[in-house]
Formats: sequence, structure tokens, C-alpha cells
Amino acid sequence: MTRLSWFNVVSLTLGFAFLYIPMIILVIFSFNESKLVTVWAGFSTKWYGELLQNEAFLNAAWVTLKVAVFSSTIATVLGTMAAYVMVRGGRFLGRTLFSGMIYAPLVMPEVITGLSLLLLFIGIGLDRGVLTIVLAHTTFSMCYVSVVVSSRLVTFDRSLEEAALDLGCSPAQAFRLVTLPIIAPAVIAGWLLAFTLSLDDLVIASFTSGPSATTLPIKIFSAVRLGVSPEINALSTIMIGIVTVGVIVASLVSKRNSVRQQQEEQAAARAQ
Amino acid sequence: MRRFFLIAVPYVWLLALFLIPFVIVLKISLSDVALSIPPYTPTLDLSVGWQGIKEFFAALDFENFIWLTSDDLYWKAYLSSLKIAVVSTSLTLLIGYPIAYGMARAPQEWRATLMMLVILPFWTSFLIRVYAWMGILSNEGFLNQLLMWTGIIGEPLTILNTNTAVYIGIVYTYLPFMILPIYAALERMDGSLIEAAEDLGCSRAQAFWLVTIPLSRPGIAAGSFLVFIPALGEFVIPSLLGGSGTLMIGKVLWEEFFSNRDWPVASAVAVVLLLILVIPIVLFQRNQQKQAEADQ
Repeated sequence: MTRLSWFNVVSLTLGFAFLYIPMIILVIFSFNESKLVTVWAGFSTKWYGELLQNEAFLNAAWVTLKVAVFSSTIATVLGTMAAYVMVRGGRFLGRTLFSGMIYAPLVMPEVITGLSLLLLFIGIGLDRGVLTIVLAHTTFSMCYVSVVVSSRLVTFDRSLEEAALDLGCSPAQAFRLVTLPIIAPAVIAGWLLAFTLSLDDLVIASFTSGPSATTLPIKIFSAVRLGVSPEINALSTIMIGIVTVGVIVASLVSKRNSVRQQQEEQAAARAQ
Repeated sequence: MRRFFLIAVPYVWLLALFLIPFVIVLKISLSDVALSIPPYTPTLDLSVGWQGIKEFFAALDFENFIWLTSDDLYWKAYLSSLKIAVVSTSLTLLIGYPIAYGMARAPQEWRATLMMLVILPFWTSFLIRVYAWMGILSNEGFLNQLLMWTGIIGEPLTILNTNTAVYIGIVYTYLPFMILPIYAALERMDGSLIEAAEDLGCSRAQAFWLVTIPLSRPGIAAGSFLVFIPALGEFVIPSLLGGSGTLMIGKVLWEEFFSNRDWPVASAVAVVLLLILVIPIVLFQRNQQKQAEADQ
């Protein structure tokens, strides 16, 4: 299947133009001198300067980062446990309910997840703040982590674990020395996914945050509702830049790893 | 013991923060709105014992659900959300399929880069991607500037704050979800099948229609599901790009809760939305199962 027709070329070009032009426009106009976002009035970085002066945005960014680090880390631990239980746990009471609870949050509309968690927090009298957002984000992102990790667990050869146990490892050692290194890429991918989901989330955070803790998406949303502003463009450009660098680095690293793995496999094949 | 711990920790977490909250929503949807804290009645008072529980259940009723059917705002919002979700899923499929098809036919050494280019927007903030269109679609925006400059139109078009803008927003933000599963299905496909079909007398178009499309059906189903489900409950896109005429149930729920502070009605809206979502989920699951059986 490597015959690119003119139709393929056109659809790829238009498709990627559609995906990227809006973001490119956003980035270009973050360097605009004028407050009017749609009229070009010369190059300037003043909106970045103003952004760094804006205490409210900086505070919100700090809260968002804290929430994302805590929630994605807890979610990775819980999600990996859940994946391990689902794939290796065998039968136990309420297994169907458990797998239902893992998959349901993936398809649950955010407004419902947010509403239900808020009603719970009010019901038990928990003050809304950083803690409640962390609890909420952990709950939905652990399900994503567990899906990512269990897809890796399903494909890997169980006899490796059994060999480790036969050779005298305790189950905990077998997990640490054999299973964990093999599923590590999936665990890292799960953590990154959970981290991004948490950074990105507006709806659930709006329901579960209190006046003491505003996250960046909430701040952006309330600013954007009033219209387009160059400061938000500058902020968006910074966020797009971080993500772009991150994704490129991650893909280079994974490419290098797979090349090295191939070389090792070839070397092993030659040695035999 | 360790196994018990391994199962119990995530289990209890999900019970406490997923299932119980949902039961609370269900309960409040059967309660009545009240001017108190919390703003609904009845509240369960366990201190009066069995009598309290009996009174609690006696006070629950389906009044909010009857209210949802009698006020036409709600069923119109459900219908219009369904319509917007169906139309935008179809548009995403029409736009995403040719892109996925082009990717699958691209030379091997390009594919990793093309994949990365599709995934990159997915990692970028959803809110920012929606926001980017506000500057493009507004009356003084780039699209109108471009169209007026080329002389296609004389007056600026009103696109922002209409349903058209909502469609554009949904297609744009969910396009990667459509492209990736279709690409995965097309890439697995054996190219010699197309050659066989053409040797047997099919035209290019016939081969595409009779071989490629059926073989990519699992990808189409997965992609459509991944776009339809979030589109139905969408809140951010209709509230930023849509106008006062855009009725979507996610927005109605939000306003019912935050503006009207009517928690029981907001909860009832949520319960009905979930019931609607159950249908496509069951259909999709059945489809997946059939696929798994066919593969064996």
C-alpha cells in the first residue's frame, strides 16, 4: 500500500492544514503589538511580559501543576494495581462490578462525573480545594492508566514471571524485578496521560474546586468567555510549545529504544 | 493477604469515588428542591432509626423526571444534542477517513512522523484548541477577512455563536480520535487483497467500496464511538463557540446546577443522559464482541 495518489496527497495536505493552521495563527498573534487580536500591528513580546506579571494566572498555574503531579502519581499506582488485578487477579467476588467501574468513567460525560463528585463532597462535608480536585482527577485518570497498563500486561509472556518464581523469587521480587521493568513503558505512558488529562480538565475541576483553589483551565475559561485576548494567546503559545517539545522528545526516545531493542535481538539471533 | 490488599485498594477507591457519588445523584434526582443547605429534601436522618429511613423513602418521587418531560426545554436539548453529536460524528468520519487512508498509503518511513502529527494536537490543551477557533470564526476574524479579501463575500458571515461553529469545533477537537483507529485498521490490511479485487475485474472505486471499506469497519466503529460519546455530553464547545440558540444537554445541566441551583433537576438531567448513553455503549460492545469472535 505505498502508492500515494494525488487524492491521498491532497487529503493529507488539507487534513494537516486543518489540524495545524488554527494553532499557528494563535501562536503568531501572541506576538502581536495590538490589543486587537485579529489586526497585525507589529512584533512584540509584551503580552508575555504582562502574563508573567499576572499573579492570578501564576497562582492558578501552580495549583494546576500541583494537582496534576499528585493526581497522576496516585492514579498511576492505583491504575497499575487495578490493571494487575484485572489481568492476573483471577476470579474474585464482584469482579464484574470492578471491571465495570474501571471502564465506566471512560465513557461518562464529564458534567456527570463532576456533578456526582461535588454532591459526594458536599454530602460528607469535605471543603472544596486542592484535595477535592486531586481526588476527582485521580478517580477518572486511574481508569485510563489501568487501560493502558493492562493492554501491555495482556501481551507479555507470563512464563517469565513463573520462571522468576521457580528460581526462588518472592512474588514481590518477581513483580519488581521482572514484571515492572517489562510494563514500565506502559506505566510511564499512563502517568503522562493522567498528567495531561489533569492539566487539561476544565469541567470536573470547575465542579470540585472551591474559591481557594482555581486551576489554570478555569481561569482561562472565564477569561475567554469574554472574548479573545492576546494574553491568553501568549499563555496558549507557551503551553503548545511545552507539549510540542515533550512529544518530539518522547517520540525520539521511544524510537531510539526500539532501534536498540532490534539491534539486541539481532545480536542475540547471531549468537545462537 | 497481599492479593486482598491489591484488590481492595483500587476497589474501595472506585466504590467511594465513583459508585457512591452516582448513587447520590440518583437519590437527589428523586428529591425535591428546597431553600435550605443542602438545597434539597428529604435528607436521610439516621438518628431517628427505622422510622427515619421509611419517611426518607416515602418522600422520594419521580417528580423531576415528569418535569423533564413537561418542560420542552429539556427534551429539545436532548434531541438537539443527539442531532449535533450525530452530524458532527458523520462529518468527522468524512474528513478523517481520507486522512487515515492517505496515512496508511504513505511510504513506511513517513508513517511514524504522520502519526506523531496526528497525536500532537491530542496532547495540546482542549480548551486552547477550542479557543483558537474563536479568533478565526468571529465577524472580524481571519476566515471573514480572507473571504472578503478574495471577494467571495461582501459582508462578513456570522459563524461564531451558531451551530456551525459548534460543528467545526467538535470536528476539529475530536478528529485525532477518528483518524487513529481507522488508520490502525487500514494499516493492518493486506494490500494484495486490493490487487486481487482489481485483477478480478473491479474498478479502483469498486475495490475501495467492496474491500477497503468493509475491512476498515472496526476502525470506523471505534472512531465514531470515540467521537459520538464525548460530543453528546459536550460542555466547553457549545459554551464557547455556540450561541444562545445552541441547546446542548451538557450546557443545560451546568446552568441548572450553577445558575438555577436546582440540584434535583440537574441530577435528573444527568440520569436521563446516562440512560441515553447506554444504548450506543451496548451496541458498540456487541459489535466488538462479534469482531473478536470473527477474528478467532
